[in-house]
Amino acid sequence: MQNITGKIAFGGIAIGKIKEISKENNVVRRVKIEDAKAEIARFEAARDQAAEELKGLYDKAVKEVGEANAAIFEVHQMMLEDEDYLDSVRNIIEAQSVNAEFAVATTGDNFARMFADMDDDYMKERAADVKDISERVIRVLSQKEEKVNTSGAEKEKYIIAADDLAPSETIQLDRETVLAFVTRHGSTNSHTAILARTMNIPALVSTAVPKEVNGKMAIVDGFKGIVIIDPDEETLREYEKKQQDEKNRQELLQQLKGKPTVTKEGKEIKLYANIGEVKDLGAVLQNDAAGIGLFRSEFLYLQSDHFPTEDEQFQSYKTVAEVMAGKKVIIRTLDIGADKQIDYFGLEHEDNPALGYRAVRICLDQPDIFKTQLRALLRASMFGNISIMIPMIASVWEVRKVKEIMEEVKAELTSEGIPFKNVEFGIMIETPAAVMIADELAKEVDFFSIGTNDLTQYTLAIDRQNAKLDQFYDSHHPAVLKMIQMVIDSAHKAGIWAGICGELGADLTLTETFVKMGIDELSVSPAMVLPVRDKILNA
Amino acid sequence: MKSFSYTVKDELGIHARPAGMLVKEVKNFQSKVTLEKDGKSVDASRLMAVMGMGVKKDQTVTVTVEGDDEDAACDAIKAFFETNL
Repeated sequence: MQNITGKIAFGGIAIGKIKEISKENNVVRRVKIEDAKAEIARFEAARDQAAEELKGLYDKAVKEVGEANAAIFEVHQMMLEDEDYLDSVRNIIEAQSVNAEFAVATTGDNFARMFADMDDDYMKERAADVKDISERVIRVLSQKEEKVNTSGAEKEKYIIAADDLAPSETIQLDRETVLAFVTRHGSTNSHTAILARTMNIPALVSTAVPKEVNGKMAIVDGFKGIVIIDPDEETLREYEKKQQDEKNRQELLQQLKGKPTVTKEGKEIKLYANIGEVKDLGAVLQNDAAGIGLFRSEFLYLQSDHFPTEDEQFQSYKTVAEVMAGKKVIIRTLDIGADKQIDYFGLEHEDNPALGYRAVRICLDQPDIFKTQLRALLRASMFGNISIMIPMIASVWEVRKVKEIMEEVKAELTSEGIPFKNVEFGIMIETPAAVMIADELAKEVDFFSIGTNDLTQYTLAIDRQNAKLDQFYDSHHPAVLKMIQMVIDSAHKAGIWAGICGELGADLTLTETFVKMGIDELSVSPAMVLPVRDKILNA
Repeated sequence: MKSFSYTVKDELGIHARPAGMLVKEVKNFQSKVTLEKDGKSVDASRLMAVMGMGVKKDQTVTVTVEGDDEDAACDAIKAFFETNL
């Protein structure tokens, strides 16, 4: 048994035999020619045929993986029309009196090197595209049949292993016979990785699989990013179970996808997902969440070495709003401090950061930072259904002050002629103080979202980072559950909705309790959306 | 001659697909269109050259349009940048 790690291009589990796809090493020979004109004509005819083939691949790809993912084949066609590329080939044929194959190979290598040398991971990948189109032209010139198809008479399924796969090779593989892709080179940015994701096939790249693996039994774990070659009985059984679990999840998805989340008594619960980065959006859509209940905006600050500008923030918020296409997107404003520290904020050391200078306290103390974020949020509101949520509220005056600043920002935008929509405005309930005055806070806002992690730590006076306190930490503590009930009741009395976006929201043993309490919204990690929906439908 | 500057907002910069679309757009017109960044300039009707510039997010390019239909071309290309990049 041998474990090999790789980079994950797409998750999933596959068990089966490996089939190695090796390209014939087309050694291009340099041949002296007499008639350069005729050779150029031969090249141009081959180029036309290659372009024609790519057109066919484009049509196939549009059908199988959609227009956006098929676009690469259109780009390939255009590369074959590129004047610089064509000039280079013609030049080499003429100046060196060499055969078209050699001229194309040389040109392909030169352009590939240009891309490979760029200091941009995405552009480096484009070297493979240039090589792919050049090889295609060379193959046409050598009048060889294209052969990548694995489809045999028996239609056995395989894990495909290769040094690298060009997008054109990936799309030509018979999907019915492919269990997974494992390539020795390539990156998660490559088009093959993107195609694998669209085709829903587990894929690993940059995986050091040995050469002699053809026909061997293997497991591809696309969640952990490992390939296990010649697995032992126990591992095999373990993975068969994992595969079954994953299948069950997929079935749950099929069964529950698109269904409204309604309790037996007929109340619809808003079931949203929590995300921390723009790239988590895929998981939100895959798991069929009705919206985003908590978008932690901290990543913008944590991944930056300076205060993110209004435009930088605007782009991220706009993307999320657009991708969610009109579904609710609740964005929590800056929640820095406590366990999340950032150098450029220049925060002083605190003995007790959880009770210190953090979140809305920073925003009210340094309104410039806050205003930049609010401006970006309001501008992005034009592109979807954005709500703004403020963390760490303990007093009514804080909410009023935030609203005042928001009004100032709106007035600025209006005077600058920048459009924005009126957004829902809510607060997180995560301090015991906010729970006790929830009835007063409810008059100021459109919704409450209970942050159970902080609320529990503040209520039980237990530091959740301290493992020594585990025996004292009870996430189902009656004090916390009573508080949740109080918050829901206060919200309903004022005619606003209340939800939970903390970890407790995804606790399936409490789902029924929350429904009975009258909860209106639950926001959970994307993977938990369907299990929670299943629970609610039966609650 | 007409020209404008544009700061790229797309996460991936001028990557393969928009570069291809840009070249297509440019070829709709007679005018010569040039793309310039940091003193390096390329013919915007040449795909590999455009991609080879490696324009990233937040970088600014200057687009120059020169020819009989430069007004229409400049408007169309500007609109293209604003919508796609």
